[in-house]
Amino acid sequence: MTVAVAPPGKARRSRLAVPGRVTPASGLGLGVALVWFSLIVLIPLAAVVATAAEGGWSAFWRAVTNEQTAAAIRLTVSQAILVTVINMVMGTLIAWVLVRDQFFGKRLLEVLIDLPFALPTIVAGLVLLSLYGPKSPVGVDIVNKPSAVTVAFLFVTLPFVVRTVQPVLEELDPEVEEAAASLGASRLTTFRRVVLPSLIPAIAAGAALSFARAVSEYGSLVLLSGNLPFKTEVTSVRVLSSIENNNTAGAAAVATVLLAISLAVIVILDVVQRRMTRRG
Amino acid sequence: MAEDRVDRDPFDDVEAERDLDRDHGPEGVVLTGTLFQPGAPPPRRRRVRRTPLSYLFRFIAIAYLFFLVAWPISLVVKNTFSDGFTELSDLWNDPDAMAAIRLTVFVAVVAVVVNTVFGVGMALLLVRYDFPGKRLLSALVDLPLSVSPIVVGLALVLVYGGRDGWFGPWLEDQGVQVIFAWPGIVLATVFVAMPLVVRELVPVLEEIGIEQETAARSLGANAWQTFRRITFPSIKWAVLYGVVLSLARSLGEFGAVKVVSGNVLGKTRTATLMVEEKYLNFDKGGAYATSFLLVLVAVSAIVIVGLIRPKETRR
Repeated sequence: MTVAVAPPGKARRSRLAVPGRVTPASGLGLGVALVWFSLIVLIPLAAVVATAAEGGWSAFWRAVTNEQTAAAIRLTVSQAILVTVINMVMGTLIAWVLVRDQFFGKRLLEVLIDLPFALPTIVAGLVLLSLYGPKSPVGVDIVNKPSAVTVAFLFVTLPFVVRTVQPVLEELDPEVEEAAASLGASRLTTFRRVVLPSLIPAIAAGAALSFARAVSEYGSLVLLSGNLPFKTEVTSVRVLSSIENNNTAGAAAVATVLLAISLAVIVILDVVQRRMTRRG
Repeated sequence: MAEDRVDRDPFDDVEAERDLDRDHGPEGVVLTGTLFQPGAPPPRRRRVRRTPLSYLFRFIAIAYLFFLVAWPISLVVKNTFSDGFTELSDLWNDPDAMAAIRLTVFVAVVAVVVNTVFGVGMALLLVRYDFPGKRLLSALVDLPLSVSPIVVGLALVLVYGGRDGWFGPWLEDQGVQVIFAWPGIVLATVFVAMPLVVRELVPVLEEIGIEQETAARSLGANAWQTFRRITFPSIKWAVLYGVVLSLARSLGEFGAVKVVSGNVLGKTRTATLMVEEKYLNFDKGGAYATSFLLVLVAVSAIVIVGLIRPKETRR
């Protein structure tokens, strides 16, 4: 049940599949698909950017640097970076355990890793609330604290690094590591010089995905973080409150910042993947 | 020799067999098709070296997943059944709750059908044809996965909003209300789940290649016959996999739906919106019961996908 969230198009291009020219029939299909995709995705997203640009650069800048908004963006980005770093370490470690270790109940761990991807975000918030909320059986109450944002981000981004690193690790031949070890390399050296370099593109792709997911997260925070301005309010919540106050231009400006981050991540992923496919 | 260090484990052979299925090179289908015979010695064997460090790693991984996922989710199940089945039967007898669940299922089914048709077509176009801007399109197709749900909602309101959207007023003159009505919920759900089928199909289509399709065409089959008799049988498991993932995603969408729905009781309130509302209205039992149903859907989706996966690679 792997790769629910692996980066797009990661498979090696088969030499058999030489793409053909567009025929009249497929041209029609392409046209229909493009119109549909534009109506649902491209035109609405363009409307966000257009609305943000309506008031000119100064209005955009004022909306984005508004004290409360800036605090929300700072909180979101810093927590997303923190969570991404944790994921790079824990995700690689979990992938390692899943590929190289054998033990009873490993299948269950596989299910647990995919769960955050399949679980509705509002349910994710409720789920975390029951262990880390006011009635916590372990006595940890993170509700309305910045750490609530960290925990919610960690939950929803869990699968990304694991699922991108796992297939690469599976392809890796342990004999190379044994060769390094037999030549006198310590385990740390083997990992650092032999294993890690081949994992880095996968870790980077997973990190980019989990950063993008964290920055855009909304649902899991609703019940958990309290959305306190300057303390636990994240960017998505800020956009929503602008919408609810009929401040569409302000909402669109902040949304454009979020969109720019998503686009940047897509570009990074595309570059990383092209590098991976060329090597593979 | 290296083989001496192999620690044979009862799971080892099963695992190795599973690996073999995944172990496809550029011409992978040919490889797995001709070389794989049940019972034949697997060419690659997993070496399990157990050192104190690997036990430590295993412990860390289990503890992390236990505290982050397993324990919290088990508490939701426990809270749902703290009064036996009363919470679930209250939900069953609440007409508003049942309306929300019916709406959620309806929206999800429409979104999955639409996205499956779009996904199969788009994947075929991206893999089988060359056209200018193909690389841009294949990058953009993934965009919906990384856009914030709130931004999705805002984007749809800006275009389809009845008052001052780009197309909204015109559509309303035609008698179609999108935002604050079910079509808006469908649009939001279609948006967020759009890439899932495409992404499942693209690698599979790339791997199966075009030899058989070309052969069928040269023997006189038309495009539809080729698709139905040649292409579809080899991608059907991947399609099913994408459908299950899309269904789970569609049933669970929250943020985007919240912005476009208006949350009208009995009309545009979905199951996820109901969880939030019940929780904030101090009906925690109802919130837990609804969440339990959604957890059940998520878990079954993952288990089903887990059962499909091996079949798909063992074509």
